[in-house]
Amino acid sequence: MRIGKYVIEFQNKPSVAEWSAVAGKKEGEGPLGKLFDMVIEDATDGKDTWEQAESEFQKTSIGVLLDKAGIKDTDVDVVYAGDLLNQCSGTGFGLRGYEIPFSGVYGACSTSVLAMINAAIGVDSGIFRKAISSTSSHFCSAEKQFRQPLEYGGQRSPTAQWTVTGAASALISGEKLQNRPVIEKAIIGRIVDKGVTDSANMGAAMAPVDVKIEP
Amino acid sequence: MDISNKKYDEMVKKASPPSPVVKNCIWAFCVGGAICCFGELLFKLYGMAGMSQTETRTMVSVTLIVIAAVLTGIGIFDKIAKYAGAGTVVPITGFANSVVAPALEHKSEGFVMGTGANIFRVSGPVIAYGIFTSTAFGIVYYIIQKVIM
Repeated sequence: MRIGKYVIEFQNKPSVAEWSAVAGKKEGEGPLGKLFDMVIEDATDGKDTWEQAESEFQKTSIGVLLDKAGIKDTDVDVVYAGDLLNQCSGTGFGLRGYEIPFSGVYGACSTSVLAMINAAIGVDSGIFRKAISSTSSHFCSAEKQFRQPLEYGGQRSPTAQWTVTGAASALISGEKLQNRPVIEKAIIGRIVDKGVTDSANMGAAMAPVDVKIEP
Repeated sequence: MDISNKKYDEMVKKASPPSPVVKNCIWAFCVGGAICCFGELLFKLYGMAGMSQTETRTMVSVTLIVIAAVLTGIGIFDKIAKYAGAGTVVPITGFANSVVAPALEHKSEGFVMGTGANIFRVSGPVIAYGIFTSTAFGIVYYIIQKVIM
């Protein structure tokens, strides 16, 4: 149901039944370190390339989620997922082992929430009973694709962001569950371009939000 | 957000931490200077070994390129460059690093489509405009010479 012009209100309040977060070494050393389900110290995760490592992170994240929820992959009706790489290849290769219908989402930094909104819409409508939203990124694969090679000798601008090495997933369920957060409302943002051209200052490009709750 | 792009740009400038220019300059001066002194030392050493001046000039460049390439390969160069900045970029070491780094990074996509296609990803503009400029100046120089002679 819609409230006003853009706000989506979920009638059945889909619950976030379970969640998982798998992170890299640097993230593990940070203030949220203890909260991750798993910290993978090896940036390549035993693989040959950064891209394969990213896929492995996402695969692990969904695996941990299914374990925590105590369900099998075939119990899930759909997975909305995406990452930062070309054609969402990190996700494609990461999820190929699971028997879950896959719908790709690309929203760069907004992917995780965008996937969650999509999953919630599907679950709220009753079309899906259980849906997963998932996303991944990897510092090394992002640097390689969007910035400079890792071994390139340059100085980072003080405003430069550090792409997370990690993956996170959430299980959105239509069941009424105790002590679990529910998704009540969502709003999909419009694109706001304030003319920021400095690629080393993504915070400035993303900070302006355009939320108008119009009747 | 109902503010103009210009106003927002001013807000961004105010909120963004500035680059530590003085610190960067001191580091660049010291490291860049050290590389140049080392080059000068090599120049003298090669000279003492009995090489001609043209040979020593080439040998100094080659030695610095090899050292920078090896340091890039073993993952030390970028750690020095993080502090040195322009100090390692401006001498020939920066150029060597900008060729070796993408070559290594894209090795995982194969030697032809990976390393081969991406080796000049960083240094490409320098090479392209370097060749263009030297050609243009060469032609101008040739014409001036013909006119004067």
